[in-house]
Amino acid sequence: MQKILVGLKRVVDYNVRVRVKSDGSGVETDGVKMSINPFDEIALEEALRIKERGEAEEVIVVSVGASEAQQQLRTGLAMGADRAILVDSQESLTPLDVARIFKAIVDRESAELVILGKQAIDGDNSQLGQMLAAIWGRPQATFASKVELAGNKASVTREVDAGLETIEIDLPGVISVDLRLNEPRYVKLPDIMKAKKKPLDQLSIEELGVEVAAGIKEVTYEPPSERERGVMVDDVAGLVAALKDKGLV
Amino acid sequence: MSKILVIAEHDGSSLNPSTAKTVACAASIEAAEIHVVVLAAAAAAVAGEAAQLDSVAKVLTVEGPENEHALAAVLAPQIVALSAGYSHVFGPSTTFGKDLMPRVAALLGVNQISDIMLVLTSHSFKRPVYAGNAILTVEAPADKVVVATVRIASYAAVADGNNAAIESATVDAELPDHTRFVGVQSGATDRPDLQTAAKVVSGGRALGSAESFDIIYALADKLGAGVGASRAAVDAGYVPNEMQVGQTGKIIAPDLYLAIGISGAIQHLTGIKDAGTIVAINKDEEAPIFEVADIGLVADLFKAIPELTEALD
Ligand SMILES: Cc1cc2nc3c(=O)[nH]c(=O)nc-3n(C[C@H](O)[C@H](O)[C@H](O)COP(=O)(O)OP(=O)(O)OC[C@H]3O[C@@H](n4cnc5c(N)ncnc54)[C@H](O)[C@@H]3O)c2cc1C
Repeated sequence: MQKILVGLKRVVDYNVRVRVKSDGSGVETDGVKMSINPFDEIALEEALRIKERGEAEEVIVVSVGASEAQQQLRTGLAMGADRAILVDSQESLTPLDVARIFKAIVDRESAELVILGKQAIDGDNSQLGQMLAAIWGRPQATFASKVELAGNKASVTREVDAGLETIEIDLPGVISVDLRLNEPRYVKLPDIMKAKKKPLDQLSIEELGVEVAAGIKEVTYEPPSERERGVMVDDVAGLVAALKDKGLV
Repeated sequence: MSKILVIAEHDGSSLNPSTAKTVACAASIEAAEIHVVVLAAAAAAVAGEAAQLDSVAKVLTVEGPENEHALAAVLAPQIVALSAGYSHVFGPSTTFGKDLMPRVAALLGVNQISDIMLVLTSHSFKRPVYAGNAILTVEAPADKVVVATVRIASYAAVADGNNAAIESATVDAELPDHTRFVGVQSGATDRPDLQTAAKVVSGGRALGSAESFDIIYALADKLGAGVGASRAAVDAGYVPNEMQVGQTGKIIAPDLYLAIGISGAIQHLTGIKDAGTIVAINKDEEAPIFEVADIGLVADLFKAIPELTEALD
């Protein structure tokens, strides 16, 4: 196949303890470490492996968001992507908007495979791949832990509640990846230098001809109710007594 | 008034408990008329179970060989066809619902709300974001169908004592053949289902091997508990993936949760926030799991767990 598109979202790093802003408008991002959504790194790694096996010609990383996402796209290029596309948007978009934007890029690039993370760890929506596949009228293989390509078909093992499900899809299509699919490579310094020369195009939503619609309104963010630290027991006997006390054993 | 269509989750022969919890969420919307739809190769048994669920006014069945396996690409167009006249279409936030509902929403041209944990009004809801470190109130447009998944750990199943009418429905939808089911592999277990068990014992990386997990199973069997694991334990291959608890595994709410040799990373804690009582056994007194545990014991699990299992005789 010619081209694989991979989505890279800039999110608060998974190690950060997220705090809600006091005015409820969102979470604190000032001075907070931002990274590529961990699932997206796995998506990119898979695309790179497919290319390295000679099963694809080009890997294009795409991010929709603020211009700071260039940083994450550069990291993607350093990992080995061939070029990057940033779709500029300052406003917060819904997954359906982002799906429409990806669909426009799929058309523009005639991409045959889109690999995405199964969810972004900020909104935890887990919707983009499914929505893109729907409006594209193509198959989706979500939560992938194993991907095998053969011609214009992909056999995908999916992590589902019952265990591991395998489906076969015809390409073009969308795959969303789970954590156990692969372990992303580390970026080496020379690759970071090389990545600076790789193309990073910026497009606007208007240029892509996508109309974003008002969707679900975010009313307010609040901190979750915290669980309180309980009691410590000294030994197993103390534990059994505490459980009996609560009527749990 | 709201008219709500709930998509039943099942394995072809019995209804998944996630459905009764999704119905409970739907029933918390004022003046809701709730219908459950069963798409299956043969729907009678599953529909019979769904008809018993309280708050359900009607069960619809859509039968056909194409519905033998739950493929989102095949189910979604049928649900879109069925959704006419409904104000809401709900599914469970299990891998079944997460795969399916966004596809339904996008075909309908609307957004989808993930993981409803609380209904405020027919169009406003609370849901967790950032691995549960923030709770977001969202409002869906009043003039469009609301497509959503329900965070099943937030709801107790509705009781069953009902006898709702069962009607077969036909849908006019073009179904794709670009997606084919090949097979499913599950670590069959006689233990209680992780997602609905009243008690769950989970082991972490500290167990060190698949064999060592035997002491976790032994304790679980003594308690009549389901067994879970941290991501680290799954990644290391000690247990299969379907046992993972957390942000990217299963979100559970048992009455009793025992975290054994699990450090308590936020991604793990997201999965157990709604547990009744959390017990932590860890040899490191600084482990973050103790910040949320109701009962904590600093101990070497290889000594403490066999001792505990024995003490429960
Ligand atoms: C995007 C993303 C999603 C994730 N999703 C999940 C998820 O869904 N679920 C999940 O669990 N994790 C998830 N993780 C991983 C998570 O961040 C942690 O790495 C993981 O939970 C750690 O597992 P653990 O507690 O078993 O291992 P560790 O953190 O290594 O903890 C082992 C614990 O065992 C204790 N210990 C060691 N030996 C003994 C002994 N002999 N007796 C008693 N105690 C002992 C140690 O003190 C330590 O506290 C995710 C991570 C990312 C980045």
